[in-house]
Amino acid sequence: MNKITLILQREYLTRVKKKSFIIMTILGPILMAALIILPAFLADWSEATEKRIAVLDETGWFYDKFKDQDNIKFYHVYEGLEAEKAETLYKRGDMLLYIPLPELNLPVNAQLFSTKQPGLSVTAYVKSVMKQEVENRKLMASGIDPELIKAAKAKINLSTIKVDESGIETKSNTEVEVGLSILAGIMIYFFIFMFGVQVLKGVMEEKSSRIVEVIISSVKPFQLMMGKIIGIALVGLTQFLLWIVLTGVFVLIFQLGFAGDIDLFGQQSQMLQQAGNDGNAEQFILVMQLLNDTDFTTMILSFLFYFLGGYLLYAALFAAIGGAVDQDADTQQFMLPVSIPLIFSVALSGVIINQPDSSLAVWLSMIPFTSPIVMMMRIPFGVPLWQLWTSMALLILGFVGTTWLAGKIYRTGILMYGKKVDYAELWKWIRG
Amino acid sequence: MPALQTINVSKSYGNFKALDKVSIEVGKQSIFGLLGPNGAGKTTLLRIINMISVMDEGKVLLNGKPVKQSDIRNIGYLPEERGLYKKMKVGEQAIYLARLKGLGKQEAIKGLKEWFEKFDITSWWNKKVEELSKGMQQKIQFIATVLHQPDLLIFDEPFSGFDPINVNLLKDEILKLREKGATIIFSTHNMASVEELCDHIALIDNSKTILSGEINEVKQRFKDNVFEVSYRSLSPLSLPAGHFEQVETQQQNGVFVSKIRLLNGNKPNDLLQQL
Repeated sequence: MNKITLILQREYLTRVKKKSFIIMTILGPILMAALIILPAFLADWSEATEKRIAVLDETGWFYDKFKDQDNIKFYHVYEGLEAEKAETLYKRGDMLLYIPLPELNLPVNAQLFSTKQPGLSVTAYVKSVMKQEVENRKLMASGIDPELIKAAKAKINLSTIKVDESGIETKSNTEVEVGLSILAGIMIYFFIFMFGVQVLKGVMEEKSSRIVEVIISSVKPFQLMMGKIIGIALVGLTQFLLWIVLTGVFVLIFQLGFAGDIDLFGQQSQMLQQAGNDGNAEQFILVMQLLNDTDFTTMILSFLFYFLGGYLLYAALFAAIGGAVDQDADTQQFMLPVSIPLIFSVALSGVIINQPDSSLAVWLSMIPFTSPIVMMMRIPFGVPLWQLWTSMALLILGFVGTTWLAGKIYRTGILMYGKKVDYAELWKWIRG
Repeated sequence: MPALQTINVSKSYGNFKALDKVSIEVGKQSIFGLLGPNGAGKTTLLRIINMISVMDEGKVLLNGKPVKQSDIRNIGYLPEERGLYKKMKVGEQAIYLARLKGLGKQEAIKGLKEWFEKFDITSWWNKKVEELSKGMQQKIQFIATVLHQPDLLIFDEPFSGFDPINVNLLKDEILKLREKGATIIFSTHNMASVEELCDHIALIDNSKTILSGEINEVKQRFKDNVFEVSYRSLSPLSLPAGHFEQVETQQQNGVFVSKIRLLNGNKPNDLLQQL
């Protein structure tokens, strides 16, 4: 046991010290943090200071329609365009909104002059005010009272409530679940492949550099294989945890350091509301609420379990392949059948997400080769506990099985040079 | 009691019989040469002794007791197929290999420092293995094999890839290890490279032991009484038939080289008298 620890220490440390690992570990969270921060940041870019907008309205339709906002103030000007440009832009340093008289039946064209980028919230607000006013005018022109239309607008909120056998109701929303489900499935797929292939490469490196016989004169081949597999698993876990922690840290640093007291999510929803697009804003808030409702503890814990279980199952097979072949080119014939269940699971994601409780989905979430991905896809929709436990137990049995099998192939394969290996040969090693 | 004994060890890979009832006996503190052409089964036998491979039949006794996993600690094995992690630093790697053998970290560092000084290679400690030449890597491997002071040392083709100076350096070190109590096995297809070191040899061919014994006794047993004689003369020698047989005679620039076999109990002195 002590020797396995030594081996996994080496496997872990050499990988964690690699430049590629460090770069991936830092780059991943930066990208994720950027995804969270950037929209708010962009929106906020020019809004930290108060903006003043001079409105040159040739139509006269929008008098008093622009209301002062938190950091946008409006005032009207009446001189000619060129004169106002000079006055507003260069002397006062404000923005100039120019609304010319529209030609018949043509859309209203307005221009917003400014010396700096006006910012999303400004353009969104201006647009929404103008849109509403023009719409109202059109309605009135055809003799319809805009109030009537407002009153006639129907609004439907459909919430889906899931009731389990004991009568407990949970609010469910499919859109959010679909997103989480796909994300979890793809992440598992990605992690198993990324770190499984590292096992394969590591074993091949030991074989081709001829160090393997030196090592197994001190430890059993099985110890070497397990040390490598576990060491790389720890690398994967380290990366995953660092991603979560660093993403949080980066977001926090940004909030404290650059953005002052801006609430990122608040900023986003405010922005969407300002866009005047009622539906979107509401949906956005709903999504945020649902995300808050989602049981992330279960998600993350089962993610860790299925990542580890799936990884152990496949890593053993990858180790066996690495031990059996001499050259990169020979790995292809064995890689394909091993990868098929994984690719198959991802390819079926559409079907599984549509009907997460169908017998196909249930069966696939039980079979150890497909269960890591398929079960992770099902979990956001809710899975009966007995199914979860059965699937987990089967996965444990599965990786014990593949590890045993792989150990036999590995043991013989690593000392075999210059021999083209086929399935008949592998079968001999397993029996022998 | 011999340090190592294999009794009727057999091993097959599918239909191929790699070892067929091979028995050898290696005395304590002796240097034993395991000879034979490539593919004869030498490496298979060594792997079985090291418990890397499992034998089908037979027994391997270490100091009279069947070998078990914990004995690995007392064996140093330098395999023929040997290498190092290319990206690892030399010192780090040597420590790793020593710790796998069961040495503590400080113990390993102390021992390694001594060996590195002895070979005058301390400057390599922080180099990556890929920066070293093949011969340099072999030295590291040698050190890693002997560092944990095992009772039994097994070298499979130890001198391949070394220049003569380094071969002599290693031979001296191996002799010193023997003086300190180690039992040593050489395996090679090149008899000449180990002849002067070995006390006992065994010859394996086609998966079987063909002969074994004390080296001088083996030589005696298999000498064929053929002597090479060079002489300057106008015509070839004529020797009394029935006593000597001229196997082969060549002439170049007036110098004759003859191979002559002694027959009927004639001694080398009798041949000299004829000349």
